[in-house]
Amino acid sequence: MGADFVQFSLVPILIGIFASVACALPGNFLILRRQALIGDAISHVVLPGIIVAFLITGTVAAIPMMLGAAGAAVVAVVLIEAVKRLGGIEPGAAMGVIFTTLFAGGVLLLEQSDTSKVHLDVEHALMGNLESLIWFRTTGWESVLDPVALASIPHELPRMAAVCVLIIALVLTFWRWLKIATFDEGFAQALGIPAGALGFGLVITAAVAAVAAFDAVGSIIVIAMFICPPAAARLMTNQLATQVWWSVGFAILSAVLGYVFAGYGPLWFGSQNAVSAAGMIATVSGIILGLACLYGPHRSRVGVGREETA
Amino acid sequence: MTRVAATIAAQDGRAISPAAAASDCPLTLQGITVSYGEKPAVFSVDAAFPANAMTAIIGPNGAGKSTMLKAALGVIPRLSGEVSVFGVPIEQARDRIAYVPQRASVDWDFPTTVIDVVQMGLYRKVGLIGRLSGAMTAQAKECLDRVGMADFAHRQIGQLSGGQQQRVFLARALAQDADLYLLDEPFAGVDAATERAIIDVLKLLKSNGKAVVAVHHDLSTVRDYFDHVFLINVRRVAEGPVETTFTTENLNATYGGRLGATHMAELEGVAS
Repeated sequence: MGADFVQFSLVPILIGIFASVACALPGNFLILRRQALIGDAISHVVLPGIIVAFLITGTVAAIPMMLGAAGAAVVAVVLIEAVKRLGGIEPGAAMGVIFTTLFAGGVLLLEQSDTSKVHLDVEHALMGNLESLIWFRTTGWESVLDPVALASIPHELPRMAAVCVLIIALVLTFWRWLKIATFDEGFAQALGIPAGALGFGLVITAAVAAVAAFDAVGSIIVIAMFICPPAAARLMTNQLATQVWWSVGFAILSAVLGYVFAGYGPLWFGSQNAVSAAGMIATVSGIILGLACLYGPHRSRVGVGREETA
Repeated sequence: MTRVAATIAAQDGRAISPAAAASDCPLTLQGITVSYGEKPAVFSVDAAFPANAMTAIIGPNGAGKSTMLKAALGVIPRLSGEVSVFGVPIEQARDRIAYVPQRASVDWDFPTTVIDVVQMGLYRKVGLIGRLSGAMTAQAKECLDRVGMADFAHRQIGQLSGGQQQRVFLARALAQDADLYLLDEPFAGVDAATERAIIDVLKLLKSNGKAVVAVHHDLSTVRDYFDHVFLINVRRVAEGPVETTFTTENLNATYGGRLGATHMAELEGVAS
């Protein structure tokens, strides 16, 4: 836990935590709305959007990336509608086809384009570049309070932290709307709550989390964090607020354990090379979900028990 | 969509003005049209639901009963029509409306408790970020007590029977402390005790001067439960007091001869 840790591990772990929490929070509501795959879809569509935005502007700044992702989302919606109508295919299949095709197209585009000057290639798109986010000018824990050293901290950290704080603020502010509209949309609308706009805002929020997280941690974490921590949390409790707390806890646990296992785990088994931190974080979140399925106190669907006793 | 709208514009040439709504009428609908795709589900319906009364909305499956109610509340979009509540546009009177959706329209596996659902009815009072006061929590408990569910306050909602779920929905509407109660099939799939409990609560509301409107499909209980009926089959068929409007002739017109002879005889029996 000395200077080496601060230099090599502190920033990646913090970014991993912020990215995981930012995705897990909207994930809670997406899962309860039976829209879990929207998170998956967003993280797929984001890739071609970001690459096209980069090809046009030549930078990886936040605003063009967001616009590119938003444009790709619009294209995706139009294509899904077209496939549904022209092909007469059910919506789920149409989505699956379009998202996968767009993602694959993004990968091809990325391979063919000259992105050598920036951190944008197929490997980063999938797994991010957590391990390379090193804090060069640190001398140890005291640097955390040193403005000169802080100025050289990788810019992904403040960006991810800001997005995470924004999403926490949004969830706290709109908590009551989210709760009522997620449980009973018709009742929410009768109360005058703009449920349609709220649902749209939730998807936008998830997209912002996905784009922000994408750069640093790649799409594997994004996909895993939208679903695994909230799904595991649902099996731990029957209270929405408690579920959201559990999901945040699981997201943080996945980020920390995943990073540590990726960096040090292979050494314990005599291997010399670390494995991908993003891949390990996603794997840990999946293992947590598996354990929650096996041992979570509320793992049986409550309705099933009722049918049996009736 | 556009073709339907054009047809309606052609056929429904009447001018619709909100000022035409009676100033004290709890719920007035004018020219409500709703369409799912090409065919209208509710076509140019006018209605005026009276105060101090319980009104049943009656019609065959697919006649647009629930659709009309949801379109009036803005839960589903309407192609045309005006809705006024106590003489003002509905947007200005949301505080005075309580709504009980169909029980099957929500996921009862949602992670929440009975008292939590009832407290959703207090939303117009607490607002988006206000805190529930002790008095409000007590009010929610009292609403549960009125439907006989006080002992279930901290139960997970997925553990309730169908009748208990319906009572919780009614308690949530009571917590809204409204003047107009709109219920979508409140007796669907509930046990006899629950049906009795619900009707007692609704009759009490009526005697306290509230207006109650319910989508209802059990013709045999109409005379016992309701004072007023609204018969609909996509279009409005008839509307008025049960004694004068709930007649064989009107029911035949509403159901298009789909009611069997025995069914009609039963209803005649109830009538006499």
